[in-house]
Amino acid sequence: MNIPKNLKYAKSHEWVRVEGNTAVVGITDHAQNELSDVVYVEVPAVGARVEAGKECAVVESVKAASDIYAPVSGDVAAVNEELSNAPEALNQDPYGKGWMFTITMSDPGELGELLNPDDYAHHIGA
Amino acid sequence: MHEADRFAERHIGSSPEEIQEMLRVVGFPTLDAMIDAAVPAGIRLGRPLSLPVASSEHAALAELKAMMARNELRRSFIGMGYYDCLTPTVIRRNILENPGWYTAYTPYQAEISQGRLEALLNFQTMVADLTGLEVANASLLDEATAAAEAMSMCHGLQGRGGRTIFFVSETCHPQTIAVVRTRALPLGIEVVVGNHAEYALTEKVFGALLQYPATDGPVVDYAPFIQEVHQHKALAVVATDLLALTVLKPPGEFGADVAVGSAQRFGVPMGYGGPHAAFFATRDAFKRHMPGRLVGVSKDAQGWPALRLALQTREQHIRRDKATSNICTAQVLPAVMASMYAVYHGPEGLRRIAKRLRALAATLSAALGEPQTGPFFDTLRFRKSPRPKGVSVREYSDGSWGVSIDEATEMEDLHRLVGRHVEGAPEPGLGAFARSTPFLTHPVFNRHHTEHEMLRYIKQLEARDLSLTTSMIPLGSCTMKLSATSEMLPVTWPEVNGLHPFAPVEQAQGYQLLFQQLETWLAEITGLGAVSLQPNAGSQGEYTGLLVIREYHKRRGQGQRDVCLIPVSAHGTNPASAVMAGFRVVPVACEDSGDIDVADLRSKAQEHCDKLAGLMVTYPSTHGVFEEAIREVCQVVHENGGQVYMDGANMNAQVGLCRPGDIGADVCHINLHKTFCIPHGGGGPGMGPIAVAPHLAPFLPSHPLHKPDASTAIGPVSAAPWASASILVIPWMYIRLMGANGLLDASKVAILHANYIVRRLEPYFPTLYRGHGGLVAHECIVDCRQFKAVANVEIEDIAKRLMDYGFHAPTMSWPVPGALMIEPTESESKAELDRFCDAMIAIHSEIKAIESFGMDKANNPLKNAPHTAYVIAADKWDHPYSREQAAFPAPWTREHKFWPAVGRVDNVYGDRNVVCACPPVESYDPASVKAN
Repeated sequence: MNIPKNLKYAKSHEWVRVEGNTAVVGITDHAQNELSDVVYVEVPAVGARVEAGKECAVVESVKAASDIYAPVSGDVAAVNEELSNAPEALNQDPYGKGWMFTITMSDPGELGELLNPDDYAHHIGA
Repeated sequence: MHEADRFAERHIGSSPEEIQEMLRVVGFPTLDAMIDAAVPAGIRLGRPLSLPVASSEHAALAELKAMMARNELRRSFIGMGYYDCLTPTVIRRNILENPGWYTAYTPYQAEISQGRLEALLNFQTMVADLTGLEVANASLLDEATAAAEAMSMCHGLQGRGGRTIFFVSETCHPQTIAVVRTRALPLGIEVVVGNHAEYALTEKVFGALLQYPATDGPVVDYAPFIQEVHQHKALAVVATDLLALTVLKPPGEFGADVAVGSAQRFGVPMGYGGPHAAFFATRDAFKRHMPGRLVGVSKDAQGWPALRLALQTREQHIRRDKATSNICTAQVLPAVMASMYAVYHGPEGLRRIAKRLRALAATLSAALGEPQTGPFFDTLRFRKSPRPKGVSVREYSDGSWGVSIDEATEMEDLHRLVGRHVEGAPEPGLGAFARSTPFLTHPVFNRHHTEHEMLRYIKQLEARDLSLTTSMIPLGSCTMKLSATSEMLPVTWPEVNGLHPFAPVEQAQGYQLLFQQLETWLAEITGLGAVSLQPNAGSQGEYTGLLVIREYHKRRGQGQRDVCLIPVSAHGTNPASAVMAGFRVVPVACEDSGDIDVADLRSKAQEHCDKLAGLMVTYPSTHGVFEEAIREVCQVVHENGGQVYMDGANMNAQVGLCRPGDIGADVCHINLHKTFCIPHGGGGPGMGPIAVAPHLAPFLPSHPLHKPDASTAIGPVSAAPWASASILVIPWMYIRLMGANGLLDASKVAILHANYIVRRLEPYFPTLYRGHGGLVAHECIVDCRQFKAVANVEIEDIAKRLMDYGFHAPTMSWPVPGALMIEPTESESKAELDRFCDAMIAIHSEIKAIESFGMDKANNPLKNAPHTAYVIAADKWDHPYSREQAAFPAPWTREHKFWPAVGRVDNVYGDRNVVCACPPVESYDPASVKAN
């Protein structure tokens, strides 16, 4: 299972890449594997206010629809528009082309609540 | 004199000798000894049910005939969404009266359901074309609930930021307004009913519902109002009439976001209320928020177009409390009939029917000398003319009266309405309201207009579907039992299907008697006090029962009780229904045995004791066992102030053995389409009446056109007072034919059959959960997860391979992912059970060939299943097993082979490329599909 060392992880299987005051968010390799083929992604609206731990997006596979939780609080700065035409990016490249949205963080201190790669690996039993 | 022919022996599949043979395998000397071991003694009903003595088929038919002869078949011009129509006889005989169509299951197994999936795709195309919207679903229960679903969807889309008002035009059908009000209340939605021309929209409005044409007839220009609705960022719903839309400008062309209505008048009898198919169409952008089933186009393993249910992740069985709706079922059989009516008549034929209605309506208006206020379609309102006698017309509270002309109307009817001979008048123009856009241009609606072509089209589709006419359909919790011919015959008697649902009760005395008897019998069977026949599906029974519980608490000053406990093992519909009833869902844990974790239940009930509204529980459990602790479970809930809702999906294991009311349930719904023989119709109709304890009886649903003044009632949940009344003859016949002893024997044999399958499959597919005495109830969950690691075989591979053996798979991956849930029912024979077990065991040896003998893990009979005739006959065959093994793996397949119409359907492709209307004809070439 691919768990890049430069990212932070939520227990609910979102990853965060910190770029200054911005958090880039997607779902982990483990999550996409569990979901199987992703067929649809619903991202939040740009400008929407999201709260850490609250649902803010939906990923649908043929088998399941899963809520995606905001790993940190803030305002949605950008969303990956490409996913509406190519949801399979979440399966093929979960940490790259499969990024979902970015958040301008209101409380970067919340990053401390997230898991480091080793703890996440432990969390999923990898 | 004894009867020469007992019906129970025709209904129950195994003979006494076969029952003895199976008992030997299960390990009990007698059936009663096995039942004593399986069903906890503490809940047994220690006496026979008090029901009339079993009748023979001919005697029961004669008794029902005499009873229904008390219905008075008058010409009805009441309208209000129900119109007499002429069912083409080729459709009546070959669909409505044909078990090849009415005994099929919901089309989850797409490869063996292509026939009705095509008919449903035609339905969706027809609705989308006629309403002028982009996407339509495969039908809903009735027009009023479709309007309520539209309100919910608009609320989900635009209900944020304090938008709580749903405007409803006062010219909607009264039953629609009433059902919308019932639905709105627990969701915190305020319904404002008024005149759209005078209503001042505000930012609080999230949606508006209009009727086109209006309930009393006028065709109104809604475009300016809808424009204003959109300016306020709200959505517009238009309830409409498909026949009118063949000549009127469609709602999609004047801005509607959603169109709903009933397809009844497309050849489906009125049936004193149903069953009918309602429709729901919307813009493409909203398709993922749409309620109900949706058929979509995908491709199969060879690249041929193949149909399937699309976007199922919206639905309650996956989304649970976050689903778009609790609706499980569609009204497949009536939707198929309506779509075939359009195929049979085509666009020109439909237009001719519509134009004839308008000419007749104009004739009536002219003859009475009372012109209408504006353009009309088929419905007229008279304020000055005297009300005619001897026919049923609509009566308004202001003394005026109305007439809706229908397809069955003749000039003689007009003579009677006017009281003298009248001369025909021409059809008046529609001016700016006239439809200018084409519809039903797809070839399917333009090539089957002769009876031979129609007959062959219907038969061609029927032959693609596996129904109970082919083999058993062993679906867990779906109870695919026999729907006997004698039970079905009365459905198409004129005195059963010819009545308008709002005909005066004096004219429906036969029906009233039928309802009384059936309610009494169902109350006795459930051990509860009162019954409402209004809920039109199991999901609606759940919703209604929870509303009754909500109202009970409210009336006792306990309105704060809003917590609904639901075991995690519950079917997804339970939490979806609870949310619709305004409850908060609190899950209760289950033990490894599958039983409810009583300690967790107790702690959750105590934690929420001030807020506890109730518990939803299925019995026998969703794991197919008689839980020992069920009485204690009910007691804990009662001690903490809650009510117990029992999901009746597994009633087939209880009838005559034990009763929900005795166990501790306060409410229970009864799936008449499972336990009481209403056929599944290929995915509906069903019916889900509820039985309640006496203290809840005052809150049962009312209806504005039947008992409008029931002050404590929760309001209507269905468009018609007795929902799909015409199919209530089926459970009436079943109970009348079986009697108390026959019903009891049926339950016992259903349990025996399940346990026999457990024993036969044991060495190959172990059963996961067992109860008392090491026995299951009427169904069993067998494990298939062990094959993934050793042979890369998944549950879906086994399900698809069963098709090559001529079987429909059991329930897949519910309630246990990777397992199969098998419910054989009492009406299969031992021979059929053995054939099914032989197929499963043969598949097991095919898995062994992969696991132990090196058969390719990606290229084997399971992965490539199902095998179509095309694949078998193709020049190229590059598989490590023979064509014979692929297509004729068991001896019986040589005698009768059921060929799947398409290969394995690609679900991912279909959900990524959603197409929900008839594809162009050139797409029926794999090359063009692959190019997409």
